[in-house]
Amino acid sequence: MVERTKGEDAFIALSVRTLGPRFVSISVFPFGGALDTVAGHPLMESPTDPSAAPAHSGDEFEREPVPKNSLKGASSFWGMYAGEHTAGTEFMIGPLFVAWGASAFDLIFGLLLGNLMAVLCWRYLTAQIATQKRLTLYFQLERITGRHLVTLYNLFNGVLFCFLAGAMVTVSATAIGVPFGDSIRMPSFSDTMPTGAAWILTCVVIGAAMTLVAIRGYGFIARMGHLSAPWMFLVFVACGVVMMAKLGSTNLFELIKPAAGSTPKIGFWGIVAFSWFCNSAMHLGMSDLSVLRFARKPSYGWASAAGMYLGHYVAWISAALLLVYWVREKGVDPTKGAAPGPMVWDAVGWAGLLCVVIAGWTTANPTIYRAGLAFQGMFPKMARTTGTLLAGAVCTIASIFPAFAMKLLDFVGIYGTILAPIGAVIVVDHFLADKVGIAKEPAVRSGSVFNTAVLLAWVIPVGIGLLIQQRYEFPAFFLPLPCWAACGVLYIAFSKMMGPKPATA
Amino acid sequence: MTQIAKVLGLLSLAGTIVPPLLYLAQAMSEGAMKAIMLVSAILWFSTAPFWMKGGN
Repeated sequence: MVERTKGEDAFIALSVRTLGPRFVSISVFPFGGALDTVAGHPLMESPTDPSAAPAHSGDEFEREPVPKNSLKGASSFWGMYAGEHTAGTEFMIGPLFVAWGASAFDLIFGLLLGNLMAVLCWRYLTAQIATQKRLTLYFQLERITGRHLVTLYNLFNGVLFCFLAGAMVTVSATAIGVPFGDSIRMPSFSDTMPTGAAWILTCVVIGAAMTLVAIRGYGFIARMGHLSAPWMFLVFVACGVVMMAKLGSTNLFELIKPAAGSTPKIGFWGIVAFSWFCNSAMHLGMSDLSVLRFARKPSYGWASAAGMYLGHYVAWISAALLLVYWVREKGVDPTKGAAPGPMVWDAVGWAGLLCVVIAGWTTANPTIYRAGLAFQGMFPKMARTTGTLLAGAVCTIASIFPAFAMKLLDFVGIYGTILAPIGAVIVVDHFLADKVGIAKEPAVRSGSVFNTAVLLAWVIPVGIGLLIQQRYEFPAFFLPLPCWAACGVLYIAFSKMMGPKPATA
Repeated sequence: MTQIAKVLGLLSLAGTIVPPLLYLAQAMSEGAMKAIMLVSAILWFSTAPFWMKGGN
C-alpha cells in the first residue's frame, strides 16, 4: 500500500512534483522526470491567474496538457500499479485485520468487492478525467481553487506524508531490531508510545539514514524499489505458504477465524470500506490524475487492478496468516499482535527481514522527498534540502511513536477522509458544472487565488466527519465516501451562492 | 551477459517461491528453505540490475 516505483516498463522516476500522496503506496510518477529538480514544481511558481502561467518545457508538463507524443502504453501502468501497492505497510495491514477479528469470508470476499470498487473509481472517475484534461492534480486544482488554497491542501498533504513515512520507518525498525534480540523491545498493536531508549535510537538512526538518502541519492532508492518489486511480492506469498505449512492446513476458512468469545471490530463491510478507501486520496481524491494523464485511453485505469489484487489481496491475506500462526502456536494475544519483523523472520528468515527493510525503505524515501517538496511549495524561498530535512525530522519523530503504524487502519481512514473530498470538487467541475449552472474552473475565470466555496465545501464535511470519528470512535475508513459526496454537493451550493457566473449564463 | 543474468534472475525468483511450496509439501526442511531463499535474494539483486529496466 505505499507508493513505490516498480514495474519493468519505464516508470519510475517518482514525481514528487506532480503527484499526490499514495497511501501505503507512494505516488509514483511514471515516465521519466528527475526527482532532484524542483524548478518545475507546479506550486513553485504560480501567478494569480493560473491560465497565465508559462507552460514548462521538458517532459513533465506540469502546467500544460500532456501532448499526444508523450502518452504511454498500457504495460507501463500495469507495472507501476503492481509495484507500488506491495509495500512494507502491507505487513501491518493483514495482521491488523486478524487482530480486529476479521474472518476468512470477510477477508476473501470483502477484499474482492472493496478492491473492485476502488478499481472502478480509478477507471471511471480518475482515468476518465485524466485522459480528457491531461493535467496534474495540482494544476487542475489551482484552476478551480486558486493558488493559495492549493497551498493549504499541500500542507495537509505534506504533514500526512510525514506520518505515513513514519509508519514505514516503524515497520523497518521492527526488522532491524530482530538481530538485537531482547535488547530492543518491539512494539505491539496496543503500543502508542516508544518502548524504550533502544527503540528510539533504532528509529532515529533509520529515519536519519532515510532522510539523508532522500536529500542526496534518491535515484538509488527508486531503482532499488523497482528491482525489488517482483521479488518482494514473492516473499509475501512465501510467508503465506510457510504459515499454511506450519499451521497444517491450506484451508483459509479454517485458519482465519475470530477468537472464540471475542467481538470483532471489523466485519465484511468494514473490510470492503477499508480496501475501497485506503487509497481514496488517489482515486476519489484525484491524486492519480498526475499519473493517468499519460494514459492513451481511459481504459488504462483498469491497470490499478494489478495493485489491488496483488498487493491489497494476495499480500494482505498472506501477511494476515503470519499473525494467525503466532496467535495459535505462540500464544500471542491477537489484540496485541506482534511486530512484523519478528513474524517475518520466523517465517522465512533473513530473506524476510531484507524484504521488510527494503519495502519500508523504498516506500518511505519517496514519501519523505514528496513531503519535503510539499513544504517547499508552501515556502518558495525554502531550499529543497531544508524542506526534505524538515520532512525527515517530522517523519523520524513520528516513527518513534508506534501509534502511526499500529493504528494504521485508523490512520489510513483519516488520511483519506481529509484528502479525498477535494477530488469531488474536480469531479463536479468536470462532469456537472454546466449541468448545474456553475462556472467551470472558476479561479481562472475570476482571477481568484482563494476560492472560498471550495474551502467551505472541503472543511465542513471533513470537520464533521473527524468530529464523529473522535467523539464516537467511529471507524475512519467509512468516512471518505460520505465526506467526498458531501463536499461535492456543498461545492455546488456554495458556488451558486458566491462563485462567478458560468460562461453561458 | 544480459541473457545469463536474466536466466539467473528468473531462477532466483523460482528459488524464492518454490522452496516454501516444497516446505508446504513436506519435501524440504525449514532450514534449507530459508537458506535457499536467502541465496535467491542475493542472486536476484546481483542479476536483476543487468536486465531489468526502469527505476531511475
